[in-house]
Amino acid sequence: MDWGNIVQPLVYLWAQYLIYLVNILQQLLVGLWAAVQLFALTLVFSLPLGLLVALGRMSSWAPLRGLGKKRSSGENAPGKMVLALQRFKPVQLIVKFFISILRGTPLMLQLMVVYFGPYYLFHVSLSGYSRLLAAVIAFSINYAAYFAEIYRSGIQSIPQGQYEAAQVLGYSRSQTFIKIILPQMAKRVLPAVTNEVITLVKDTSLAFVIAYQELFTIAKQISAAQTTVVPLFVAGLFYFIFNSIVAWIMERIEKRMNYYS
Amino acid sequence: MKVMELNNVRKSFNGELDVLKDISIGVEQGEVVAIIGPSGSGKSTLLRCATLLTEMDGGGLSYSGEKAAWNDESGKTVYARDLKKIRSYFGLVFQNFNLFPHYTVLKNLTDAPVSVAGRSKADAEVTARELLDKMGLSDKADCYPCQLSGGQQQRVAIARALAMKPEILFFDEPTSALDPELTGEILKVIRQLAQEKMTMVIVTHEMAFARDVADRVIFMDGGVIVEQGDPKEVIGSPREERTRQFLSRFAN
Repeated sequence: MDWGNIVQPLVYLWAQYLIYLVNILQQLLVGLWAAVQLFALTLVFSLPLGLLVALGRMSSWAPLRGLGKKRSSGENAPGKMVLALQRFKPVQLIVKFFISILRGTPLMLQLMVVYFGPYYLFHVSLSGYSRLLAAVIAFSINYAAYFAEIYRSGIQSIPQGQYEAAQVLGYSRSQTFIKIILPQMAKRVLPAVTNEVITLVKDTSLAFVIAYQELFTIAKQISAAQTTVVPLFVAGLFYFIFNSIVAWIMERIEKRMNYYS
Repeated sequence: MKVMELNNVRKSFNGELDVLKDISIGVEQGEVVAIIGPSGSGKSTLLRCATLLTEMDGGGLSYSGEKAAWNDESGKTVYARDLKKIRSYFGLVFQNFNLFPHYTVLKNLTDAPVSVAGRSKADAEVTARELLDKMGLSDKADCYPCQLSGGQQQRVAIARALAMKPEILFFDEPTSALDPELTGEILKVIRQLAQEKMTMVIVTHEMAFARDVADRVIFMDGGVIVEQGDPKEVIGSPREERTRQFLSRFAN
């Protein structure tokens, strides 16, 4: 029996398959890099922006607080309307409204609004307005809304006694927030933030709606062109590895913060 | 001049419950005042008014003659615009310690002196280590509060308040969160401070301690001072029926 006749075509087939795989991998790696960029830029902007939003959400600024207080001191109590106006907190209200929009509508839709909005709504085409930029803007704003609510829960879980101790010692309000509250909040919210960050890794795939050439967009394109599911599975594997690294890093940070309880 | 003076303090919550009804207290240099009374009598609220944690509805407050709050024409309290200097006059020890959990013991003692009072780091550290030594905690400087017992935490809290070098130190039920064994070590520290002529106002349920350490005992109930004077008289042979009634629960 001539083994060469059997083995040679097999080796040839294998080699062809490997080239095919490497080709897919190459294209997917480009997509992965695009996803990583979107992921990293979103975190860079949304984590601090979330803090700003959280502060706005907790704003107790009520410009009409003093309304009708001078006139009706004691005798005739202010009416319901006046009471409502006294409690009117514009910053908190606006921020609350935007958070509810951002959390209450699909991120996919928000992506489309941010990318196509400038043209279709205002008929302006911005030069240099790339798909990546639009995706980063949409993701950052959306994730900031979620981070804001996480931060708020963290800040509100700090016992009142911490504020009081700081106040008696003479810390200013900003010192109290930066030195006393913020570090304790960071530790408390870390598990919830990790959750969001892991979700973000997978959410980057939503950028396909504006044809941003990220991992999932490319996987779908190859899959459609070559009628095979292999690229999709490989993409899945990439997301999984990406997330494993993210989870590992977050675990390290959590451990580092465990020096006190 | 009185170290601290509260004049005609009125405080009600939600405009309904009168917690403090026209209370006046002055504390002399080096004096130790114990405030006793049942729960809800307004002791803690009075302390919170004195330490600017709660706003008074009416009445005045001053430290060493410097006005922190006074009455306007209509008898409502107006506060001074800048209270930072006023806050440097007093320290407060909380029932629940309220140490900063993310700071080491040493940092708990040095951070405010450095970042609030503007002392040098080296200077603050020397003071902090002296205080820890005095509290018997010199080996705990690098620990975190969570690594300490309740009694040790409260001693750190006392040291933290003293590190700011206040003129007067307030204690809000400093032993109420501690078991009897740990209570002793806190009372010992306060006793030592009394011997050093530290001006103190202590809200407490430790009657024997109040009798031994205080120069004056104030018995409060229902938002008023029912009786005050020499501790041996107020606690030993009270004039008022209400005081007698309250103290009889401690005798048993």
